[in-house]
Amino acid sequence: MSKVKITFFTILVSLIFLNTSYSAEKSPPFLETKWTFKGLFGKFDRASLQRGYQVYTEVCASCHSMKYLTYRNLAEKGGPEFSEAEAKAIAASFEITDGPNSTGEMFVRPAKLSDKFVMPYANEQEATAANGGAYPPDMSVLVKARQGGADYIYSLLLGYSEPPEGIKLDDGVYYNKYMYGNKIKMPAPLSDDLIEYTDGTKATAEQMSKDVTNFLMWSAEPHLEQRHKTGFRVISYLIILTILVYFTMKKIWSRVEPKV
Amino acid sequence: MSDHEYTPSSKFGKWFNDRLPLLTLANHLSDYPTPKNLNYWWTFGGILTFCLITQIVTGLVLAMHYIAHADMAFSSVEHIMRDVNYGWLLRYVHANGASMFFLAVYIHIFRSLFYGSYKSPREIIWILGIIIYLLMMAAAFMGYVLPWGQMSFWGATVITNLFSAIPLVGESITTWLWGGYSVDNPTLTRFFTLHYLIPFLILGLVVLHIWALHVPGNNNPVGIDIRKPSKDTVPFHPYIVIKDAFALLMFCIIFALFVFYQPNILGHADNYIEANPLVTPAHIVPEWYLLPFYAILRSVPDKLMGVVAMLSAILILAALPWLDTSKVRSAVFRPLFRQFYWILVADVLILGYVGAMPAEGLYLLVARVATAYYFAHFLIILPVLGWKEKTTPLPLSISEPVLGGSPNFAAARARSNEKLENTVK
Repeated sequence: MSKVKITFFTILVSLIFLNTSYSAEKSPPFLETKWTFKGLFGKFDRASLQRGYQVYTEVCASCHSMKYLTYRNLAEKGGPEFSEAEAKAIAASFEITDGPNSTGEMFVRPAKLSDKFVMPYANEQEATAANGGAYPPDMSVLVKARQGGADYIYSLLLGYSEPPEGIKLDDGVYYNKYMYGNKIKMPAPLSDDLIEYTDGTKATAEQMSKDVTNFLMWSAEPHLEQRHKTGFRVISYLIILTILVYFTMKKIWSRVEPKV
Repeated sequence: MSDHEYTPSSKFGKWFNDRLPLLTLANHLSDYPTPKNLNYWWTFGGILTFCLITQIVTGLVLAMHYIAHADMAFSSVEHIMRDVNYGWLLRYVHANGASMFFLAVYIHIFRSLFYGSYKSPREIIWILGIIIYLLMMAAAFMGYVLPWGQMSFWGATVITNLFSAIPLVGESITTWLWGGYSVDNPTLTRFFTLHYLIPFLILGLVVLHIWALHVPGNNNPVGIDIRKPSKDTVPFHPYIVIKDAFALLMFCIIFALFVFYQPNILGHADNYIEANPLVTPAHIVPEWYLLPFYAILRSVPDKLMGVVAMLSAILILAALPWLDTSKVRSAVFRPLFRQFYWILVADVLILGYVGAMPAEGLYLLVARVATAYYFAHFLIILPVLGWKEKTTPLPLSISEPVLGGSPNFAAARARSNEKLENTVK
């Protein structure tokens, strides 16, 4: 029996080992950075989310849409938490086409808190055509749509380099060591001092990558903070209840036999 | 049900019970004599009932907000995740609930395999269980299609295409399933309807499963027949109820860890990309709980034979009560079977692992060997073991240790019956 069990667990352990070695050969390990949203009590870094929004809107938004986000989200709890006035001002800086009005005309008006994020292109085809045949993916849930999540996005943003010898790249194709197949049609989007942060933080490529990844993590999981908070309460409650039920069970079963 | 009499104490209770014997049923359920030596592997029946109810309740609310339309399904799921009050919680409980449901059902099935719970007189309970398991797979597969992500779409394409392997009518059946010439809006709407229907079919079958269980009563870790009620049994309430509650709470803690801290770890990242019929994902993989069967499917080079092998892998379980020729139920008294049992467990885990890997090279070879072994276990090893294996002596009752140490089951059984008859006299 014990022999079989040992064989059994050896197989299990070797499977896990095989698995890691299999995934390791596909891409280099991701760049490491500390995320505040990880862990039992993980929360977003508010200032980083606000800077991340700035990176998104000044850099990414020229090609990438975020169609599931609404301007009111920017002022909601657990997010960047801009004040309502700030969020309104952000919304008003975009123009959207609304209508038809009572005379049947479409009209342009400043966006309101209840409007979805304005998209850079009218549709997927236009976006694809304008970007050399590669559709810039919608970024609302991008972090969850990529294996490796936030670590992958962060690494990808900083993973550009000259191609190693022997690899020829077509025009409009760039080398990125974290991209699947190493070829990407997006040119390196971030470089030092590309933008000027309103809060005075130095805009290095690392800083911007981290901030925008934080922002994308929030946009993919807008209720992450509430989830962690509720989770801790639920699990604490369950543990206490389990202990109480355990002693109740002991007591009840002691009438039959001491060992349950 | 059992034939015991019950008279409610109140006048109204008696009046009501004479017309609809619900109180008799409640009394039967609470008094139901249960072997006192049931271990924690027996708590998964209750846990599975909990899983089913959880899926139905969360699914009901999700269906109020979900839109089954190819253009809107993905964004309606995002709407649930972002704007519906506690929508994220409902969806994560429902999605992870499916995985927890399968985790529990696999433990439940492997418990039956170890303790021989499928053997006479419990064959019908076992076969009902296999039907429930099949329906669960159908429900889970269709549920995975509903968010209309890339894996939803391509998973649906791969699985529905399997039917095209059927000779002559295959193509027509596939078109009929799709409601068109490819997986599209009609496919989504019918999958949604069926996904809503199947849980209630399962619920009905669960009632039958429990009903069939209450006729012979529970098997137990020793696997011998016991007299009910006797000093070997305890009433279901409060003894089994409290034990099930304790196990369920432990299970819920693990469940909650997934829901609140790793809600997406069991899913595939590609399913957060909206379905696109023009872009095929690099690897199309089903959810983890279907991987062993996916590995069997891919290990056969011929498409039709692959489908046949995959279906046989599940249906062979229904024949198990007759394939296992041993009269001894519990593996505790079957030293050889016990070893083969653990090899089978490892075999299924290996199949699951290679199912997630690309079907090439070493992975394919391993998948083929593991598939062959899977069938050999049921078709060769079990029937042969039944008459070759020398089982260890069975105890006469749960409360008493082995008397005399007779290696012969029949003799032990005869003595046990004699003894019981004597005590009755």
